[in-house]
Amino acid sequence: MYPSRFRYEAPRSIDDAVGLLQAGDGEAKVLAGGQSLVPLLKLRFASPEMLVDINDLPGLDYHRADPDGTIRVGALCRHVDLERSALLADRQPTMAAAAPMVADPIVRNRGTLVGSLCHADPQGDWASVVTALGGHVVAQGPDGRRTIPIGEFVSGPFQNTLAYDEIAVEAVIPAPEGTPAGGYLKLERRVGDFATAGTAVAIETSGGVVTRAGIALTGVGGSTIDAVEAARVLVGRPLGAEVIAEAAALAAQAAQPKSDHRGSAKYKRHVVQTFVERILTRVGDTTERAA
Amino acid sequence: MALFEEIAAEPSESVPVRRVTISVNGERRTADIEPRLLLAHLLRQGLKLTGTHMGCDTTNCGACTVLFDGKPVKSCTMLAVQADGHEVTTVEGLGGASELHPVQESFSDEHGLQCGFCTPGMMLAAKALLDEVPDPTEDEVRWALSGNLCRCTGYQNIVKSVLSAAQKLQGQSPADGS
Repeated sequence: MYPSRFRYEAPRSIDDAVGLLQAGDGEAKVLAGGQSLVPLLKLRFASPEMLVDINDLPGLDYHRADPDGTIRVGALCRHVDLERSALLADRQPTMAAAAPMVADPIVRNRGTLVGSLCHADPQGDWASVVTALGGHVVAQGPDGRRTIPIGEFVSGPFQNTLAYDEIAVEAVIPAPEGTPAGGYLKLERRVGDFATAGTAVAIETSGGVVTRAGIALTGVGGSTIDAVEAARVLVGRPLGAEVIAEAAALAAQAAQPKSDHRGSAKYKRHVVQTFVERILTRVGDTTERAA
Repeated sequence: MALFEEIAAEPSESVPVRRVTISVNGERRTADIEPRLLLAHLLRQGLKLTGTHMGCDTTNCGACTVLFDGKPVKSCTMLAVQADGHEVTTVEGLGGASELHPVQESFSDEHGLQCGFCTPGMMLAAKALLDEVPDPTEDEVRWALSGNLCRCTGYQNIVKSVLSAAQKLQGQSPADGS
């Protein structure tokens, strides 16, 4: 399959890239890892007039923690970097759990977290993870940078709220106030398939009590689902079996799955409930031992 | 090099064409290509390196896997123009003209292939693994190859081949002087 014709530019600075997007007047598209965009071009679901390849932009391949614990992921940080990250293994369990589950190992060599957020596929793992963590995206445009909370960034299936002349340059995970805990679980029929269902759970605990919680769902709705009610019941309480069951049931209620070849809606809801329960139970056991 | 004869009619002057220089299997190759040309097509039609197979054409199967700066990528999911200034290794670059790479030898010895369609991608993914992890566990091999599908379902022997190649390569390592 061949993409339709486009003009190709590979700028060397973010300013040049933004300039090209401006010149493109809404008909230009940013190319980063390309693991979602190139298939879309080949299927001609997307046929932009210009591709602005940002792979040559210097200094965007980082992921790092600020002194206060804020985690920053640059636009060219590949999934594989996060999968192998000592930083995430040490400090951010939900991201560390999700990274090896994204697509397959070969796709992970190219694809990027920020690109995955921009692509806003309801099946995308990272949008759920960043939603559960209450993160945001930093966009750079002609007037400088602005910060977009993830809930406002992903505006629907395959839709984000970037202006046509903005580039998502960084994803940011706010510094935790308590001890971060959580995980990511995904059911897929085979490696690299879209998720039957996935759940991201990110909590913070302090003195055995949950101080912050986020739960987000992958592949069980028209877009990434922020299970706000499910997360809310956890806050202010220790992670006991009762509250875990309550949160899991609320997460299943928040899911809006459709029956398809991957399973019935009822089954997918059940998977969500089981996954939330499983992650929280594991976290609860660990927190108890530590306390 | 006129690549378009092989793929499509010569483009008109209005079509943007870019000159790229790519190191393919250690050899500098220059081509004038349309930016929409996929890396897999440049390799197969343009450079006649047909060892890189096109399987699913949808980023699933890994038959088109090549090494891009040493790391496995799916060449059906990259633009050829993105390889400008980079190094690409295809299955043709794995062994020498007359001798096989230990990974190839092992696939032959351990019956790591049936129809052979997935084999180039499997071997390149395996080579990349062994470059990083010289002595992988079976789980690590299965994990590293999980982006490559074998429709003959011959995974058992593929895994065996990679483990055997690891041993061979370790036997050859300069550390023990051989």
